Amino acid sequence: MTISIDPQKTNNESLQPKGWLRYFSFSLDHKVIGIQYLVCGFLFYLIGGTLASAIRIELASPMSDFMPRDVYNQVLTLHGTIMIFLWIVPVVNGAFGNYLIPFYVGARDMAFPRLNAVAFWLIPPSGLMLVASYFVEGAAQAGWTAYPPLSITTPQSGQIIWILSVLLLGGSSIFGGINFIATIIKLRRPGLKLMQLPMYCWAMLGTSLLVVLSTPVLAGTLILLSFDIIANTGFFNPVLGGNVVVYQHLFWFYSHPAVYIMVLPAFGLVSEILPVHARKPLFGYTTMVFSIMGIVVLGLVVWAHHMFTSGTPPWMRLFFTIATAFIAVPTGIKFFNWVATLWGGKISINSAMLFSCGFIINFVFGGITGVALAQVPFDIHVHDTYFVVAHFHYIVYGGTVFIIFSSIYHWFPKVTGKMLSEKLGILHFIITFIGFNLCFAPQHWLGLNGMPRRVAEYDPQFQFVNQISSIGALLMAISTIPFLINVFLSVRNGKEAGDNPWNALTPEWLTSSPPPVENWEGEAPLVEEPYGYGKEFLNTNKNI
Amino acid sequence: MNLNVFLLIEGCRIKKIEYLEDINTKFLRNQLLNKKIYLILIISLVFAISFWIGFNVNLLPAQASINAPIYDELFKILFIIGLIIFIGMTIAVIYSLFKFRKRNDQIGDGIALEGNLSLEIVWTIIPSIIVLLIGLYSYNIYDRMGGMKELNHNHEMMSSNSEKIWAGISQTSDNEIAINNLSIEVSAMQFAFLFNYPKGNFISGELHVPVDQKVSMKMESKDVIHAFWVPEFRIKQDIIPGQPTILNFTPTKVGKYPIICAELCGPYHGGMRASIIVEEESDYNEWFNKNKKPEVNL
Amino acid sequence: MTTLDSSKEIQKNNSEVKETHEDFRMFGLITFLIADGMTFAGFFAAYLTYKAVNPLPDGAIYELELPIPTLNTILLLVSSATFHKAGKALLKDKNSDSQKWLFFTAFLGIIFLICQLFEYFHLPFGLTDNLFASTFYALTGFHGLHVTLGTLMILIIAWQSRINGGRLTSQNMFPLEAVELYWHFVDGIWVILFIILYLL
Ligand code: HEA
Ligand code: HEA
Ligand code: CUA
Ligand SMILES: [Cu+2]
Repeated sequence: MTISIDPQKTNNESLQPKGWLRYFSFSLDHKVIGIQYLVCGFLFYLIGGTLASAIRIELASPMSDFMPRDVYNQVLTLHGTIMIFLWIVPVVNGAFGNYLIPFYVGARDMAFPRLNAVAFWLIPPSGLMLVASYFVEGAAQAGWTAYPPLSITTPQSGQIIWILSVLLLGGSSIFGGINFIATIIKLRRPGLKLMQLPMYCWAMLGTSLLVVLSTPVLAGTLILLSFDIIANTGFFNPVLGGNVVVYQHLFWFYSHPAVYIMVLPAFGLVSEILPVHARKPLFGYTTMVFSIMGIVVLGLVVWAHHMFTSGTPPWMRLFFTIATAFIAVPTGIKFFNWVATLWGGKISINSAMLFSCGFIINFVFGGITGVALAQVPFDIHVHDTYFVVAHFHYIVYGGTVFIIFSSIYHWFPKVTGKMLSEKLGILHFIITFIGFNLCFAPQHWLGLNGMPRRVAEYDPQFQFVNQISSIGALLMAISTIPFLINVFLSVRNGKEAGDNPWNALTPEWLTSSPPPVENWEGEAPLVEEPYGYGKEFLNTNKNI
Repeated sequence: MNLNVFLLIEGCRIKKIEYLEDINTKFLRNQLLNKKIYLILIISLVFAISFWIGFNVNLLPAQASINAPIYDELFKILFIIGLIIFIGMTIAVIYSLFKFRKRNDQIGDGIALEGNLSLEIVWTIIPSIIVLLIGLYSYNIYDRMGGMKELNHNHEMMSSNSEKIWAGISQTSDNEIAINNLSIEVSAMQFAFLFNYPKGNFISGELHVPVDQKVSMKMESKDVIHAFWVPEFRIKQDIIPGQPTILNFTPTKVGKYPIICAELCGPYHGGMRASIIVEEESDYNEWFNKNKKPEVNL
Repeated sequence: MTTLDSSKEIQKNNSEVKETHEDFRMFGLITFLIADGMTFAGFFAAYLTYKAVNPLPDGAIYELELPIPTLNTILLLVSSATFHKAGKALLKDKNSDSQKWLFFTAFLGIIFLICQLFEYFHLPFGLTDNLFASTFYALTGFHGLHVTLGTLMILIIAWQSRINGGRLTSQNMFPLEAVELYWHFVDGIWVILFIILYLL
């Protein structure tokens, strides 16, 4: 359903602010919005990372000496909230989704450009509000999970601001989800079949379904919570007869799917990156599609694995154990297919490839600890300890953040027309990989041996291991330096990339770099085999 | 790109399907079957390493309750399975990066291997079986820990009998709890635990229990959610305001262990700790009698 | 749609573009309503859970009378039908008929809201009296918010369907169809709400 907009085109181009300026204006161009998401998300990542550094500095010694205890709680709450709602979710969904999906479906923009821009512009104000709440009267300090009754009884203004900004961010994410579903299903170029779409489209379709089905429940829950705080109702306030476990059910009904909202798009991105640099078709396209949908369906019915110690009845624990563990099956299918994609390829070992492979290794590790956590008897000992912290950082950082970096290395030439330096990229990878493992691997041991999470002070016996972890965090912080230098240098005077430096086959590479305003000069190409690498004919004719 | 059209245009002689099937089988035969010995060798090596680590590396604290050895048994199994999968996957990734890296003299693409149904089936079924077995096994473990006991809603352990009790881990039936001498009421508040010994009519800040005897606790919070965790016992249960929970355990080793609050409950959450002192029965009785207060009738 | 910058020239061309996309604006709306429905689903789930595990404390009052809500159910059902009529009329280019039906629908919506407020003022319990009272107000209030929004939108499209210069014509049915779908949705939610809150 692409419309020919030729008459308007000239108009549009002259209206587009030129150069860097357009990234700061209210643009409706999906590519500009995509970059806006990415840059905005990255800035929040630096803030969230600074907070993480503060956490690690505090934890380098067993006493609470770097900051007061309540400030520590605010810091970890803001760290979790910022990293999830302002970095991972907007970037893997909003940034790459907006940039790539219209190309992949052969459209000139998203289905609802205005809604798209609104969705983005909800983010900076709510993010700033959240950060600012720290300076006003103390930020929220009940953890990113905001369990009542603690969240009702802690300083209320911070908690209310937290609720408000998470509501706005949830709204942004729902708008984005609606837009992606409509774009993928309705805006496909004529002739392009669903089963010919690049895998990232499927991943985003699955993710958006999860967003649409689960985020509103979080919104409703937070509205009820805010009533408890403002209007003195008793939904989750036991003093007034409320039930605190109901909050946990509702919260996790969103927040478990949210972890797949954070990782499914990354699964999609890695499926785009591996075939290009391994010069091989994506292995098992059809099963990959089904496994995404399998994860979506299973992901909706496993939430109570976060509540094994919350006094849920035994049958419920058992059901959620089995359901959760079964997510390993569709996820495993994806990992085996990726390895099979590598197998027999002609792999260029570059930064994008290394980060993707790092992702596979880290995620498998985090996934396996996840399956262990899913077992009730296992979880009872390690719930709310550093074992859990290690589990999810292996997945969100070792998984999703690695893929974000990998994607930046992969698509940077497309977005800017300049290549990034491979030397600096590989240096970035090495420091990140070492720092990351140094930081989070020891935390498994901490959790198993008795260090609970969310504490500013701990048993001195854990000091040594905590210091190793802090050194790892320091390395991670350092690792951003080569990355930033790399981006800076290459924007200034990087090597010209050309339209298709990787010889890739997905549609975004079949236009100039950076792409023109309406994505293609002429008609959008029909790409029926986005992964047709290695089919003899391609070698003879690379410039399609 | 429409492949068929392209083949026509390029005058390619190989038909698409034949071509793909050909490489498919040839490649698989080369890569897997002809190198069967190496494959078997590597797999057994991975298994050996994993089992060795699983049995020789201890990541857990001391075992001090009946639960602990049961838990550690599960841990060992999960650890070994996890290691096998993790080491296997890591080797596969690193090996492919190395073996299939693009050499300088190479041009063109890898082989056009698009998928293989039997492989897909294999790696769907094997993880399913593993996961199912793990699930059944952990059910068994959980049952042995006493987690599967349905707790009666009208629980008569304490004064009010219409109160709703929420599941924890229990190794006794309700009636047993009622007559058990070692029933303790735990109340948690910001930021302390209090242990009420109803039989002795006193409250203590330290939990004393005799070794090798079943202890049953009914726990309730006065303000926010806390959690009762003793790492050496491998047990944890949230202490929830408004909803009493039950936790039973049997200590097996004399000593002093930390009780840690594991649920964020405010600024001093990290400092909310108490001790559990497991002692010989005689020592326990001495302590108990020292603290015991005469029954006061109101 | 195309890449649009906020410029008047393009907005002028825009109506043309929009027509081609009618279907997926509807699609977007349906997706949104599914999302909105999930919010209600969350509330219902909370209510039902409370009902199952948190019985009322002694002496708590939570009594609901049936007459007003029954009347409200009828009002909303009728209003769905009148809205449908409005759409039919507009399709036949009978703009003034359509406008009448729309105003009548909005009128029913307003009556509904008045009845709802009347009920609020005469209930024996207040927002913070007990868990059920709170949930009751949260659910009906959230729904009432939807009805208010819906009524406002109906009034807007009723105004737009005026004969001279109105934007709403049989060629441009989308605003009406969208609001109609929304209205039916709100209506459907009420029926569920009525069953769960009042009848169960
Ligand atoms: C992107 C985020 C993300 C992802 C994808 C996951 C994925 C998984 N998570 Fe994780 N999780 C979090 C983020 C994530 N998690 C967060 C943030 C928390 C803490 C929240 C908080 O309390 O603050 C958490 C907490 C958490 C808990 C609660 C722990 C506790 O608080 O006590 C549990 C328990 O079941 C769990 C399980 C799982 C499982 C089974 C998966 C599975 O999806 C993993 C599946 C993947 C694999 C298994 C690897 C690949 C598969 C194979 C190679 C096949 C072969 C494998 C087998 C046969 C086992 N997670
Ligand atoms: C979702 C993504 C995400 C990401 C990417 C991270 C990244 C990191 N996290 Fe985070 N974390 C969470 C999500 C995430 N975390 C969540 C959800 C929680 C739970 C919160 C809760 O309990 O409620 C948590 C909790 C958490 C804890 C536990 C706190 C506690 O329970 O007491 C710790 C402790 O080590 C930690 C550490 C880190 C570290 C070291 C990083 C590092 O990887 C960060 C690396 C990045 C940097 C270091 C940035 C580099 C930049 C600079 C150093 C500054 C330069 C500044 C300028 C130029 C302006 N995190
Ligand atoms: Cu009590 Cu943490
Ligand atoms: Cu989860």
